[in-house]
Amino acid sequence: MKKNVRIVINGAEHRAEVEPRLLLVHFLREVAGLTGTHIGCETSLCGACTVLLDGMAVKSCTVLAVQADGRSITTIEGLAASENLHPIQEAFWEEHGLQCGYCTPGMILCAHDLLQQNASPSEQEIRDGIGGNLCRCTGYQHIVNAVKAASRKMNQRQRAAARAAD
Amino acid sequence: MIPASFDYESPKTLNEAITLLASREDAKLLAGGHSLLPAMKLRLASPALLIDLGRIGGLDYIRDSGETISIGALATHAAVAASRLLLASSPLLAQAACNIGDIQVRNRGTIGGSLAQAHPSADYPAAILALDANIVATSQSGERVIPAHSFFTGMFTTALRPDEIITEIRVPKTAGSGTVYKKFHHPASGYAVVGVAAVVRGATGKIDDVAIGITGVAEVAYRATAVEDALRGKPASAIAEAAKHAADKVEALGDNYASGDYRRHLAQVYTRRALQEALSSKRK
Repeated sequence: MKKNVRIVINGAEHRAEVEPRLLLVHFLREVAGLTGTHIGCETSLCGACTVLLDGMAVKSCTVLAVQADGRSITTIEGLAASENLHPIQEAFWEEHGLQCGYCTPGMILCAHDLLQQNASPSEQEIRDGIGGNLCRCTGYQHIVNAVKAASRKMNQRQRAAARAAD
Repeated sequence: MIPASFDYESPKTLNEAITLLASREDAKLLAGGHSLLPAMKLRLASPALLIDLGRIGGLDYIRDSGETISIGALATHAAVAASRLLLASSPLLAQAACNIGDIQVRNRGTIGGSLAQAHPSADYPAAILALDANIVATSQSGERVIPAHSFFTGMFTTALRPDEIITEIRVPKTAGSGTVYKKFHHPASGYAVVGVAAVVRGATGKIDDVAIGITGVAEVAYRATAVEDALRGKPASAIAEAAKHAADKVEALGDNYASGDYRRHLAQVYTRRALQEALSSKRK
């Protein structure tokens, strides 16, 4: 019994008729053709498939596409508003927050949720915050540095925007 | 990993959900899906029908009901952990919720789903037991209030009937008591190897009343009644000796990571720490 779904991904509407058992991550990669969201463990442990569902980080291997019907998804392809990188992406680049890059889209989207909740997290809060995302290359230190740098960048830009508005 | 095929319904109202559930023996309820979907992908569960509760509006509230705080079954762990109302009036559940899984899991998982799953290492059961919370189950025959002490009946087993849906959790306010949830995290899964929830009421240095819920040690979370009995009316100095009874008469689970003896030991240590912290954190 297939179901019609309508999911807005990075601002663009995608409609499809899907089996209820289709996972959101497979919808993103195979139906919408957005392969920036990676599949790691498929058991909701590794966090590689993390995307934003209505702004909140979720593991898209543990959400059904039908559960996302009518909802809004942001993947790594849609994080930056323009041609420029998002400040978290810039920070991962500058701080060498990746080696093979497989975990990176999930790390960045998880860090996005963390920084929305807590604009200036401590090192321990960052480590707790990315606790659901595994990286097998970096040993995490440069990822933690990147999230710290992203926090500084985002706070600076927010202050600059507030000054400009005054 | 892809689950076996199933039919899918997403009722908009609780009544529709209850009717659907009563009409099909092979149906399962889907809330946050963070226990059920992994089990379905591993083909440990293959329900013929999934009833997705996620489209039922207004079942994710956390509100003041006078003596108690009422929590809708679809409140996520993230919402419970961040609830100002809970943090101000009955913080134990929030203290437990912020220890569950990770950000992504807390954004999806729900309190009703977790309680219905009754995982032996889940965090909420310890807090629910220590708070003497009530769990409201709704079916076609109406609402039934199940006290925490009779809700968890075994590993992955509860007092819920097949046609019932958890709709609300009612927790008492704990003003004047200190509450703490202490957890030894499994380093890989994040589940509680041992989790101890404590509610302590007392004046400086003296314990008037105490409630302790322990998860992770046995097949089902339990109240450490031997510790509680040994502490009522006693000075704080009695905590260390009393905590040694945290796993009395308990058949402890053992696995490759933590043997039954090790879990019993952790239960004693974490009970002592939880009680000492709860007494010193007691709000005026």
